[in-house]
Amino acid sequence: MSTAQDRQENKLAIANFAVAIAAFGIGALMAMMQALSRADFDIPLRSPKVYYVSVTAHGVLMGLVFTTFFIMGLGLVIVRSVLKEDIAPRLGWASFWIALFGTLMTTVAILSGTSTVLYTFYPPLQAHPTFYIGATLLVVGSWLWCVIMLDAARRWRRDQPGTPLPLPLHGMIATVIVWLLATSGLAIESLGMLIPWSLGWVDTIDPVLARTYMWWFGHPLTYFWLLPAYVIWYTILPRVAGGRLFSESLTRMVFMLFVLFSTPVGLHHQFTDPGIPASWKLAHTFSTYVILFPSLVTAFTVIASLEVAGRMRGARGLFDWLLKLPWRDPFFASVALAMLTFAVGGFGGAINAAYAMNTMVHNTAWIMGHFHLTVGTAVALTFMGATYWLLPRLTGRELMFRRLALSQPYLWFVGMVLFGMTNHLTGVLGMPRRVYSAAYEGAPQAQAWQSWTHLSAIGGIILFASSLAFLIVVIATFTLGRRGERQPIRYALPLAAPMTERGLWDRFLIFSIIAVALIAIGYYPPISHLLELERFGSLPFKPF
Amino acid sequence: MSASHVNVYEKIWIALAAVMIACFLGALSVAAGLHAVHPPSHVETIDPVLVRTDSPYATPEVIYHPDGLTEVIARVEMFRFLPAVIRVPVGRPVRFRMTSPDVIHGFQVVGTNANVMVIPGYVSDFTTTFPNAGEYLILCNEYCGLSHHQMQAKLIVEPTSEGELP
Ligand code: HEM
Ligand SMILES: [Cu+2]
Ligand SMILES: [Cu+2]
Repeated sequence: MSTAQDRQENKLAIANFAVAIAAFGIGALMAMMQALSRADFDIPLRSPKVYYVSVTAHGVLMGLVFTTFFIMGLGLVIVRSVLKEDIAPRLGWASFWIALFGTLMTTVAILSGTSTVLYTFYPPLQAHPTFYIGATLLVVGSWLWCVIMLDAARRWRRDQPGTPLPLPLHGMIATVIVWLLATSGLAIESLGMLIPWSLGWVDTIDPVLARTYMWWFGHPLTYFWLLPAYVIWYTILPRVAGGRLFSESLTRMVFMLFVLFSTPVGLHHQFTDPGIPASWKLAHTFSTYVILFPSLVTAFTVIASLEVAGRMRGARGLFDWLLKLPWRDPFFASVALAMLTFAVGGFGGAINAAYAMNTMVHNTAWIMGHFHLTVGTAVALTFMGATYWLLPRLTGRELMFRRLALSQPYLWFVGMVLFGMTNHLTGVLGMPRRVYSAAYEGAPQAQAWQSWTHLSAIGGIILFASSLAFLIVVIATFTLGRRGERQPIRYALPLAAPMTERGLWDRFLIFSIIAVALIAIGYYPPISHLLELERFGSLPFKPF
Repeated sequence: MSASHVNVYEKIWIALAAVMIACFLGALSVAAGLHAVHPPSHVETIDPVLVRTDSPYATPEVIYHPDGLTEVIARVEMFRFLPAVIRVPVGRPVRFRMTSPDVIHGFQVVGTNANVMVIPGYVSDFTTTFPNAGEYLILCNEYCGLSHHQMQAKLIVEPTSEGELP
């Protein structure tokens, strides 16, 4: 059904991917300059002003724009592939344009130099109102997308009563719910605090309360990034590898556990904040470890699925199944390396959450190293690999420069090993994150980390080269790729017969209600404790 | 979950994962419950507008109490720490009390476990000891504006002979 009309219907998803990839490209260019600046290389245009504008733009474009648009595109592709129909295309375009408009508004605010507040925008640093309004519109656009996704689930249930959602849709609905729970915190902060304050309607703001809402959003945000990558690992990877999904029931459980526990954990980002009693920080630390569980199960299921694939390709020995896997397929190589990186990054995350370790590495380069392994590689490299897989299926064009596409994930991996390791290391030595230069007037402590930053800069250059390779392959394929037979989008089959009846882990409504209750338990006490204090708000500051 | 789908390996793995997490939680509970290991979580508010003029932080200082406690009253602001040089005795408790009159800052003594947020409107208060004498770098580890990376100070941990105060 490679008709013109069909291509038309893919347009919306392609538009979302295009914005995502454009944001990625700009973010990657800035990133290389940042890595060089932190190593104190005097590159052209280098100044504190440029550096902090750049870090703000990089954080927003990578962390919020690239991810959100990519995930929206992926969701739309999945809906079309399982329902075999387009739903609410008008709403889809409205979502796209609102989100894009918001993105442009925020980007202009950042580049104008009036909003150098970094992507965490902690008050009382105050950005231009359009920075907050734009970011809010991006979220509003994504909410319309959520409506489409939920409507898709409703239609499936209406047409196939009693059957569970197809697995990829199951995963995306979990993503949508996590996102709605997360962004409710952001909405309170931005509509209730930041926007009125930046417009001058109120004079002051409470920074600790704002941070608390911010991290109510910020931690589940990481699962909003991660779950779509898990969808790809569970439902596309085993098929490309030539195998089966190891366990469907466990997979359904994993996604539902994220719905349950992803949000009431945010205080672990505020370990050393004054104003929040230690008991509530402890409670959130407990749930932080609980949320490790579904990721551990994921590691098992995905690796087992790959073993199945290796054996279906003829492996016999204990480990030779690893060699039988399609390492020369750009999608497979990207995702496999992303998962390998995630294993290391996830381990680091468990360490972060421990009190003693946290005080050592809080706000150091370690944190930066950590999230470049997780969102910056486990998620981003998976999305890049998925782009290689999706592009021919969406456009009907063959992938151009296959060799380049194949080398790209390996290049990224090498770059990230250098960049990630050095940042973990300098972090343990005490080097802070978010600094234009880490020289500290030649203090001996700073000299200890200075030489490692050079290695990190080399990692940054390799990463940039890899990003360029990705962009070249994507743009060339999109514009010049040979039109061929369009392959269908198909997902991995489970090892056992697919489930035909809804079970416990398919009950999204009930689990969502419990999730809301858990958020209330996790956040009502610390927030009401804050509200009861005699608090003095902060006036705005713009030291940029 | 339908049991037929969950095979033996899976069950073992789930059990292992659960045990591992239980160990983490156990260690955490022991640390918090028995050894009272808590992150700095002092609850005290202050009007940031008055910090520079009408508060203990208007005159940042280091106080050496006769009982051996050293108290550091510090003001952390764009883009400096006051006092800029802090002298404390080795191996004795040091209590830091700090706040900010402007934006959020971080107070980190490189190579030690002193690492807290300093947030306007709130007082950060924690006590620690420095077991090794030497000169330490204090730096700001939360972005606070264009000179954030220049915000630094010095902590000098001085050796003391028995019974003598610095
Ligand atoms: C092209 C490869 C990349 C390189 C070389 C790179 C490098 C950097 C550097 C040097 C910083 C600045 C840190 C600082 O001063 O603390 C940074 C920050 C950041 N990066 Fe990347 N990055 C890359 C890709 C990514 C990707 C793919 C993502 C996410 C999808 C990402 C997300 C972030 C975020 C969220 C920040 C935080 C900004 C902040 O602390 O305010 N980066 N990156
Ligand atoms: Cu977190
Ligand atoms: Cu600072």
